[in-house]
Amino acid sequence: MASQTVKMVITGPFSAGKTEFISSISEIDVVTTERGISENTAEKAVKESTTVAMDFGRITVDDELVLYLFGTPGQRRFDFMWEILAEGMLGFVVMVDSTKPETFREAKSILETFRAYASTPYVVAANKQDMQDAWNTDDLRIALRIEDSVKLLPCNATSKDSVKAVLLELLYSILEEMEES
Amino acid sequence: MPLKGNLRDFSTTQLLNLINLAGKTGTLFIFEGIRTGEKDAIGGDKMKPGAERARVAFKSGKLIAAQMGGEGNDLVSVLNKAGKLTDNQAKLIRDRAKNQGDKALAMRLISANYISQKEIVSSVQQHTLDVVYNLLSWHEGPFTFEDNILPDGDRILVPIDLENVIIEGARRIKEIEELNEHLPDLDYALKFPENPREKFKGIHLSVEEWRVVSFVNPKNTIRQIAKANNMSEIEIRRIVYGLEQAGLVELVRPGGKSGPPVPPGKTPPKSIPKPQVQKTVVNKLIDRIRQL
Repeated sequence: MASQTVKMVITGPFSAGKTEFISSISEIDVVTTERGISENTAEKAVKESTTVAMDFGRITVDDELVLYLFGTPGQRRFDFMWEILAEGMLGFVVMVDSTKPETFREAKSILETFRAYASTPYVVAANKQDMQDAWNTDDLRIALRIEDSVKLLPCNATSKDSVKAVLLELLYSILEEMEES
Repeated sequence: MPLKGNLRDFSTTQLLNLINLAGKTGTLFIFEGIRTGEKDAIGGDKMKPGAERARVAFKSGKLIAAQMGGEGNDLVSVLNKAGKLTDNQAKLIRDRAKNQGDKALAMRLISANYISQKEIVSSVQQHTLDVVYNLLSWHEGPFTFEDNILPDGDRILVPIDLENVIIEGARRIKEIEELNEHLPDLDYALKFPENPREKFKGIHLSVEEWRVVSFVNPKNTIRQIAKANNMSEIEIRRIVYGLEQAGLVELVRPGGKSGPPVPPGKTPPKSIPKPQVQKTVVNKLIDRIRQL
């Protein structure tokens, strides 16, 4: 068993692509707490199931070190899990579905909540940038009121390379912050 | 890629703010919403665009033209509406100047001493502003922003700074919920953005707005500013909303600490301590992820 574990949190609104993000890079099948969405709910129209507690992925670095990726539930009624999942995180990724402006307000609200939990570095991943209706990252930065100093990265959560690029940028930010302090 | 959405999720004020900050050139189209029977990601009724309700053109982040769908938008209509031409004069000019563009017509009217250039410019400007102020009160409807689409070359375009339009729009907001949602906590403070002098150039603020601006300091909460100026909550919310949307002030935690306001309906979460991790660990993680 590894002697050190490091944790990163992947958060964002409902259906932003958090589970796909972790699945694309995790070396194990993602341990997910997805449940079927009740009939006649708004969410049912978007997807069949949703994360209710967390998603869990793992990347083993060596015998001593393991990185855990925790995905938060996107629906507000499960937000009691957020604080639990945020505890001890090295940094976090806020996923935003670039094609769904109706979720931007919630994305901003989640981002602010996680910033308030801990002053750890974070990046914003603009998912589905390959889709025709996607807002570009410059517009998203203004829409979400993200400061220039925060990285806002184009992302495709189903692509391993794209997910790698997001995680690397987060790690570079963490490293920069360590070097500054 | 056009910018698409619904005013229900991204308001006209927010759109103007985005267009202003991004220095965009193009045209914003707002449509009647036709319900598709489907739901969007947050449970709202999905809408597809129906008839065009309005279009607003921008050049390098400045408002240059606006028109309501189905409303007369040619120069004669604009001057008639502004009271610069009577109905009879408007009819006469229309009959005589068929197929003549706005610019050529303006030259003829000025040469004939019907009207001055200044009156034409102010009438066109007022027409544009009237349209935009009207649509600031719309709370629903699909929109599309098409880059680089501009009115035809014959239209008279008068560039207008959007900051003033955004502030005026905030003055006209009647819905208290909208202001409460944007600014849930009056115990936050305000600070100026970088280069405040540049941002305040050419801005027309009311006496009350200047009074608020004079108290902007990360040490003063919005509540304290309201009290010092003897303003009600709704008054201070409206002013702060306008100033913030126009990019003239930013919200900060009291005492100048960086960090965002707590979202609506949330109590401030407890701060979680950072994990103690060495740089070597982060470097190992970087190396590993690169290899994946």
